[in-house]
Amino acid sequence: MADSPMTPRAPATDRLRAIAAALYRHPRAQIGLLLAAPLGWLVVAYLGSLALFLITSFWQVDSFSGALITQPTLKNYVEVATTEVYRTIAARTLLMATLVTLTTILIAFPIAFYMARVASARTRGILVVSILLPLWSGYLVKVYAWRLILSQGGVLNSVLAPLGLSGPGYSDVAVWLVESYLWLPYMIIPIYAGLERIPTSVLEASSDLGGRSWITIRRVILPLALPAVLAGSIFTFSLTLGDYITPTLVSNTRFIGNVVYDFVGVAGNQPLAAAFAMVPVAIMLVYLLIARRLGAFEAL
Amino acid sequence: MLLPRGIRIALRIATGLTLAFIYLPIALIVLYSFNAAKVATWPIGGLTIDWYLKAVDNAGIRNALIGSLEAAIGATIVALVLGTLIAFAVQRYSFFGRQTLAFVVVLPLALPGIVTGIALNSAFRTLGLDFGLLTIIIGHATFCVVVVFNNVVARLRRTARTAEEASMDLGADTFTTFRRITFPAIRTALLAGALLAFALSFDEIIVTNFTAGTGSQTLPLWIFTNYQRPNNLPLVNVAAVFVLVLSIVPVYLASRLTTDPAATGRT
Repeated sequence: MADSPMTPRAPATDRLRAIAAALYRHPRAQIGLLLAAPLGWLVVAYLGSLALFLITSFWQVDSFSGALITQPTLKNYVEVATTEVYRTIAARTLLMATLVTLTTILIAFPIAFYMARVASARTRGILVVSILLPLWSGYLVKVYAWRLILSQGGVLNSVLAPLGLSGPGYSDVAVWLVESYLWLPYMIIPIYAGLERIPTSVLEASSDLGGRSWITIRRVILPLALPAVLAGSIFTFSLTLGDYITPTLVSNTRFIGNVVYDFVGVAGNQPLAAAFAMVPVAIMLVYLLIARRLGAFEAL
Repeated sequence: MLLPRGIRIALRIATGLTLAFIYLPIALIVLYSFNAAKVATWPIGGLTIDWYLKAVDNAGIRNALIGSLEAAIGATIVALVLGTLIAFAVQRYSFFGRQTLAFVVVLPLALPGIVTGIALNSAFRTLGLDFGLLTIIIGHATFCVVVVFNNVVARLRRTARTAEEASMDLGADTFTTFRRITFPAIRTALLAGALLAFALSFDEIIVTNFTAGTGSQTLPLWIFTNYQRPNNLPLVNVAAVFVLVLSIVPVYLASRLTTDPAATGRT
């Protein structure tokens, strides 16, 4: 970087330029400057909190004074693992996350396929935006809307009444329905992206070799879309595991999130909350490892 | 792809039904906010804008709205700075732990929200921080960083470095090149990231519940504490529409900024 002697500059500009030159010669300093603030934030504020959260799960609350006892103990984990209620709730949450994931895959596939392979470029653009809008916004509002829809004299019951049917009311079925509704866009987008990436030549090769549409879909498209489906399932699974708002609004059933929330708020037992919250964390870590092995991360 | 007519029609119908499934509940909440009756029965009992006037007059809603705006703006600014810095570091340099860093940024979205919430909650308690606007902003920024990061990284990946090199060759220093070349190239990505971060923060409840404390309010928190009170039902509906509009409009604008013709056309 040669200085151009043509234009006289103010000293401030010179100083800036000197700094720029020094930085240019020291790429490590550039990285250091770029990363100092974000690393400070992520490590201190986020990873630090996560670490503390892990440590807290080995602490205890003095049942008499309510003070924290920082002597490490496995008591919380033992309590979570051996208490019948907590085991049932954990199993129920896991089952719900699985059901929701399967449901969203089934609903997402046709629309994602239509977007990626049938729709014109213009329609596709509109559809992508229509899926992204609800993905990013209005989580609580949507749960609340379903609370109104499912209520006693609500829309669903009124519409079903002439048929002699009634809606699920506030129940486990309602939780399943609402969670599936909430996380559907998180499944549609990755599957759409995955299907769009499949080269047309591969599909042509399949039909040239005599594969009818159905065979091509089953033998070529579905296997190639698997990583995308897994990528989507990371979201649907994780989001369902941690959701405590939906069960609170549309059911009387408790899921892991509800119990953890009550441990923190009502009971003031941080350590037990942390230990129980380790259940979804552990499930997600295992899930992420499996998903990575199956190539889901490339499809994110 | 060539598909039999039957399958194409079936796919079209499935797409229409799915869109209806996604949008009907959202449309319904907007309709209910104009409901003249105080209960959420169906069919609705006439239309009125009274609840909007009452909501604007309601001190609780006003405070919550202001709290939400402050939190969202604060979180957006923090996310914008941190997300951009990380994006440049990850995209432009190779260093030890680069992949790990990219993973840690995504972690707040991949882990269940309640985990982030409770972890931050116990950290704030341990540090003796007062729960309030600051702790809400810290919580929101933690998961907003990733959307800015994603947008900027995607843009940097697509932007050729030749223009920057040309600028340097012509004698511009690092800062001038950034101001005149790099920044204009990523400007819309920054704006889109900021809008998404704002939207994400504005309707957040899961983490906010753990980081807000008793003194501060956001609009989603106000809804969460009032939805069971029959008297407040019409106001909750209006508050819900406020949240919906203030989170969906930024997302729409962000999508307009990031869809370029090359990305939507089939390649």
